[in-house]
Parts: sequence; structure tokens; C-alpha cells
Amino acid sequence: MKSTLFSLLLWFLALPALAALDPGVVRQLAAEDSDDKITAIRQLGASGDADALALLKALADDALLTTPDGRVFLMPEDTALDAATGAAIDPAPEEYESISINNRIRAELANAIAGLRLLSAERATRLAAARELQSNTGIELVPILERAQSLENDAAIRKLLGFALAQANLASPDPAIRLAAVNVLADSANPATRNLLLPLTDAATESDPAVREAAADAIRAIESHLVIGQLLGQIFSGLSLGSILLLAALGLAITYGVMGVINMAHGELLMIGAYTTYFIQTLFRAHLPEWLDWYVLAAIPAAFATAALVGMLLERTVIRRLYGRPLETLLATWGLSLILIQAARVLFGAQNVEVANPAWMSGGVELMAGLVLPWNRIAIIGFTLFVLGLMWALMQKTRLGLFVRAVTQNRPMAGCVGVPTGRVDTLAFGLGAGIAGLGGVALSQIANVGPDMGQGYIVDSFLVVVLGGVGQLAGAVWAALGLGVVTKFLEGWSGAVIAKIVVLLIVIVFIQKRPQGLFALKGRFVEN
Amino acid sequence: MRTPFIVRFLDATPRSGWIALGLFAAVTLVLMPALHLFVPEDSPFHVSTYVITLTGKILCYAIVAVAMDLIWGYAGILSLGHGLFFALGGYAFGMYLMRQIGRDGSYQSDLPDFMVFLDWKELPWYWTGSDSILWSLFLVLALPGLVAYVFGWFAFRSRIKGVYFSIITQALTFAAMLLFFRNETGFGGNNGFTDFKRILGYDITAPEMRAALFALSALALMGTLVLGRYLTTSKFGRVLAAIRDAESRVMFIGYNPLHYKLFIWTVSAMLCGIAGALYVPQVGIINPGEMSPANSIEIAIWTAVGGRGTLIGPVIGAGLVNLFKSFFTVAFPEYWLFFLGALFVAVTLWLPEGVVGLWKRLRARRAA
Repeated sequence: MKSTLFSLLLWFLALPALAALDPGVVRQLAAEDSDDKITAIRQLGASGDADALALLKALADDALLTTPDGRVFLMPEDTALDAATGAAIDPAPEEYESISINNRIRAELANAIAGLRLLSAERATRLAAARELQSNTGIELVPILERAQSLENDAAIRKLLGFALAQANLASPDPAIRLAAVNVLADSANPATRNLLLPLTDAATESDPAVREAAADAIRAIESHLVIGQLLGQIFSGLSLGSILLLAALGLAITYGVMGVINMAHGELLMIGAYTTYFIQTLFRAHLPEWLDWYVLAAIPAAFATAALVGMLLERTVIRRLYGRPLETLLATWGLSLILIQAARVLFGAQNVEVANPAWMSGGVELMAGLVLPWNRIAIIGFTLFVLGLMWALMQKTRLGLFVRAVTQNRPMAGCVGVPTGRVDTLAFGLGAGIAGLGGVALSQIANVGPDMGQGYIVDSFLVVVLGGVGQLAGAVWAALGLGVVTKFLEGWSGAVIAKIVVLLIVIVFIQKRPQGLFALKGRFVEN
Repeated sequence: MRTPFIVRFLDATPRSGWIALGLFAAVTLVLMPALHLFVPEDSPFHVSTYVITLTGKILCYAIVAVAMDLIWGYAGILSLGHGLFFALGGYAFGMYLMRQIGRDGSYQSDLPDFMVFLDWKELPWYWTGSDSILWSLFLVLALPGLVAYVFGWFAFRSRIKGVYFSIITQALTFAAMLLFFRNETGFGGNNGFTDFKRILGYDITAPEMRAALFALSALALMGTLVLGRYLTTSKFGRVLAAIRDAESRVMFIGYNPLHYKLFIWTVSAMLCGIAGALYVPQVGIINPGEMSPANSIEIAIWTAVGGRGTLIGPVIGAGLVNLFKSFFTVAFPEYWLFFLGALFVAVTLWLPEGVVGLWKRLRARRAA
């Protein structure tokens, strides 16, 4: 049904000017031999005709039919239409089949169709077509590419067309044209182009020494482009990993700084944030489907509040009773994390739940060929900056922040001057937990949401706290970003597992040198 | 004249302790193996394979719990990575067990099945000597010992302690788990080692072999307890307790805590290695899951449940928790994690000295 409708649509599009096509070429499309078909496809592709485009699309969709005596026609609905002229054939042929195409022909068709689409009036269509032509562009497309380039007034598309044209011209018999093409391609940062240029550096396949030299230069230029692209890509994914680590570690840094306890259930607070996001998404799906794209924004305060409440509850009921016994707190909070994980399993099932990216977060920006920055990662980096700013303002500008800093530096002294240390503990714990919940919102956009998703982050985020120094926002920031970037670079070079081990060793060795972390608190402290 | 070392060593355990050990030995070395081997299966006094394996497993866990207690209860260092040393011992002995399969694997090759699967043509260099039981037994001690020594030297030298140390040990075992999960590491990846056939040429599933392994585990536990008693009552043990209670003061007096901590840490790791080596032939499998951080934390809770700072406590704790676990995971698999989590919280909140501490308190109250 769908394909009939589509053919019908094609027929309306194609009808007015079908007469312009050469009937001989159209008949050749039904030839037995693949090479004959390809010749016909190339000729139609080079014609630059809108009707040829419709015909080729029909061929690609298996909608082009042929009779045993070689007539080629379309049959939207019940009437048969001659493919070349568009005239109705009466009576309709009894015996027919669709023209078969193999993969080789399919590739040719795709190229020819892309070439024809270059002449479309829509900018987006032309851009997409130009992108498709960045690989496997054959010499037969040269005329249409030249025509498209001369008609094109959009600079970005012109540039892409230039590369496509140069690729096509690599097969030109004239060395001067080849040389010019190679020089153009030196500017493209496309790994596929590099492979195309390789044969041109070989004396066996390229006779002209000037072209060979230019090709070698072009390959070097492309490679250095690629290296820069890879480098930028790694830095970006490092920053993105670092911002995730930072979101996970910020809350831990507060609770550890203020109370000196490691909250092993911190990862589960991330999990709670992520499940809250899932819950909000479900609510939006059911009740506000038209606002579904903005569920993430609603999830942010909800996740903060849920995680903060759970955190304050844990502090009041368990952690408060274990002050001064950090190792026991470690075990008790581990027990809490087991309970929370199992509770999530019972409530939501052991399987991962599906949290979809809103439309505005999918896709990405292409900085250069081969380097696409996904929107969700960019959004997370931005979100981390926002949370960081909020934290900074809270810690530096509010009374609560002042109290938290005072308790971090010297608990008994702060108590003596009237800071309600007990209440500050609860609030600080709630704040740390809430920030973990925010981290959960961010994580839900890029990672799987499941009951034990938080387990993997506790070690990493504690490493950030250790590396950064206790109670130091700036330290946590530098440590998180540093760890993220270093990890990503090592991963590119040695694989994820080795990278993890090496990072761990680096941290251990680093602590040898600076046991207080990157940014130690200034002043004198006595242990015990 | 100085008392000979062996006398001092044996004297450390008091008469009541020796009597208790004697009773324990009578049950585990004579009674249970005999009931398993010589009483027909339909008799109500027969000890089944299941009971022998489960108890043998718990004996191994008890060794680990005592090792954990030596470092946590007596030196105040909470390790969350003891599962690593346990698994290393298990892997070291597992290599020997893999080689003992010989050509009886599913590929009938000289190499272990997983290597054939990876298309390896010869054993990697670190498998050299794995067909010798003596070398494997040496590795069982040396491998965990070496890893612990090197790691401990770096960690203790820079005076990493408290929760910092705990988390770093957790990271260590986590990293090791990732490493062992890789197929290229050469230890069977995900699946680890399994399908063992024999030890020293004898069938590993034979009742006699099970009874022997069981008795060996019991012996090892008794040895661990006597050693622990000696270490903790000697001068060394008292310095250790002092380090636990006030490290800075011990340093001001002129001791270097590094050597004390490093020694007990390494001994503890080697004990775990022995336990792992005894554990693997009894359960018939070792895989990287043993190194997961959750397993290591569970070891800490065995010790905490029984009572830190006592030697009998961890044995009781390991027994109690694991019996509960066997029961719960069969009867109410949904609720086991709730129970375990609640156990962590309850023990730290209300039973800081564990079951042994509770018993002591009850007895003191009755005496008063």
C-alpha cells in the first residue's frame, strides 16, 4: 500500500515532462547485463533532469517494471504508464516483472540520485546530497557536479561539491586536472579521501610524478587534519566524562568534607535521580505528551528534591549515629546502598528502563569532518557548569554555605561560636545528595538507567575527591576534568581496562607526592 | 636462656584454647570425614556431599574473616580488597588444576580449553611451571603476598589510612577484576577456570578427595587461629594495637608503623591466598566475580558480625552470615539483599563488637 502511494506520488511528480527522456536509454534500464544498466543509469544521472530523478528513484524502490519484450513502464494504481513518455499504455501488459538490481547497481543508483538531487531547490536536500557524494564519486558525475557547482550559491555546499568534484576528477585522464583535484582534496579532513589518494602516490597506478608528489603532500595534510580532529574529539569526550565525574563527586566532596564520612550509597543517590527522571518522563508521556520534549527540565528539580530527601533521611536515621567512626559508616552506608538497589529492583524491575533523549538533545554539531559533538554531551557539560555555579554561589554567598565551610574547617570551633552543627550536617548531606540526584538526571541522558547503575561511580568519584583535596571545590573541578581527559586519552591509546588501571596507579603514585590532594587546605591541622 | 620460638608460639594459645581446638579437630578432621565416607548414604548420620562442600566453603571463608580481623580488628586498617588476595590464591591454584585436566578437555588439547578457543598455540610465559604442584603452592602464597607487599609499601609509606585506604583497596580489586575479565589476560576471561578433573592424578569429585580437602581447610583454619593468637599476643601485636589506637603517638615514641602494618598486611593477604586455593577445588570454579568490590565488603561484614578484635569472632561471623545466605538465597532470593543490607546497618549501629561482644555483655550482666 505504502509503495503504491509512493509510486502514485512519483507519477504525479514525474508526469508533466516525462516526454523529455530518451526512450532508448530508458529501455536500456531493463537490459539483461548489469553493465548496460549501469551505463543507462549514468546517462540518466548526468542528464540533470528532474524526471530522470523520479525514474531512478522508482528503480531503486523496485517500482520500475518491464515486460518480456523490453518495454519499461510504471504502474501506479491500475494504469500502466510508459517510463520514457508518461503516456498511458492501453491495454496494460499482462506479463511483467520489476527490474532487478544488485548491490553494484544500487551503489551507482545512489550516486546518480544524489547527483540529481544536487539540483533540487531545497537547500537541505542539496546539502544531504553533497554529503552523500563525499565518497565513491565516479568520473561520470563530473558534468552534473560542475553544473551544480556553478548554480550553487551556498558556500558550505559549494565547498562540499568542490571536494566531490575533485574526487571524481581523480580518475580523469588529464594529469593537469588530476593535479588540481589532488590539491583541492588536501584541504578535506576525510579519512576516506586519504584512501582514495593512496593509489596516486604509487608509480604503478599514477604515471605523472608531479601528481604523485602532490598526492603524498595531500595525504600528509589530511593526516595532520585527522590528528587534530582526533585530539579535539578526545579532549571533548574527556571533558564530557570529567563533567559526569564532577557531578558525581561534588556531592561526595561536600559530605566527605563536612563529616569526614564516605557515603557508599552516594552512587545510589545518582540512581534515584535517574529513576526520578524516568518517572517524570512517564508522567509527561501520560498526561502532557505535547510537552514531552521538556520533561528533562521538570526532572531537574524533582530529582534534586527526591535525592535530597532520601539523603537527609539516611543522615538522620543512620549516619548521624556513627559520627567519629568513619570505617563503620562506610559499611553501614554500603548496607544502605544494597537496600536501595534491591528496592529499585522491586519497584521498577531488574531490567534497565528506557529514558529517551528529548528531540533537542539528539544529533550533534559537526565541527569538522569526522568530529561530531553530540548535543546531549554538550548539554551535560553546560549543565555541569550551571550546577557548579549554583554550588559556588551557595557555598560563598549564603549563610548555609558559610556554616558548611566553617564546620568543614573546624567542627568544635564552629560549634563554639554558635553554628548549629547538627542541622548543618543534615542540610549539607541533603545538598550533597541532591547534587548526586542532579548527576543522575545527566547520567540518564547518556547511560543505561538500571538498579545498579550507581555502583560504578563510587570508586571514580572518590578518586576525584582524593585527588582534589578534601572540601575543595576548585580541587574537585580540576581533578574531575583532569581524570576525565587523561582517561579518554589512555583509552584511545590502550583500551578502556588498561586505562582504568593506569589511572588508578597514577592516583596512587600522586598521593605519594601530595597526600593532601591537589589543593590542600591552608593552615595547621592535627590528626587524631 | 631465651625460650625457643616454637614454645613461645604454642604457648600463646592458652590451655582452654587448645582444648577448643582439639574438639574442633576431632569434629572436622575425624568425625565429619568419617561420617561422609563410611556411613551409607541412606543412614540419618550420613554427612552428604552438599554439607561437606558447604561447610568446607565456610571454613575457607572463616580463614579469610580471621585474616581480615588481623588487619582490621587488630591494626585498624579496613581493607575492602581482600577478595582480590583470595581470588589470586584461587587463580594460582586454579592454573595447576587447569593443567591437570590434561587432554580431557572438550578440545582434547594440551592447552586449557579457553586458550584453544582463543586460538593460542602455546602457554603464555606466566603459566610456566603451572603443572608442578609445588610451584603452584608457592604461587598461592607468593602472588597475594607480593601484590599486598608492593601495594602496602606504597600506601603505608605515604600514610594513607582510614577511609582513603579502604577506598583505594576497593579500587585495586575493581581494577584487577576488569583486568581478569579480559580474555587476553590469559586466565579464562569471564568464565574463569572450571571443569577441574583431578589433583595429583586423583579424581577431584571422589568422596575421599572431598573429605581430604575439607580436613585440609579445617587444618588451615586452626593454623590461622594459632598463628593469629601468637601474633596478637606478642610484643608485635601490642605495637600493632597501639598503632591502631594512636598512630602519631607510636611514631613519637620511636616506632616506625610502616613495618608493622606492612607485615600484618602481607600475612593477612597470604592467609587469604591459602583460603582461596582451598576454596577453588571444593566449589569447582574461580572467576573474576570473586574480585568484585561487593564480595570484599562482605568479608568485612563477616568479621563485624562475629566481633572484631577477637579471633573466634570472625569464625562465628563467617559461619553465621554464610549459613543465613545459603538459606535465604534459596528460600527468599528477593529478600537476601534487604537482609544483608540491614545486617550491615544493624551490626554497625547496635552490635559494634559483634556476636562475641554481645555474649560478653550478657555474661557480665548475669555476673553482676
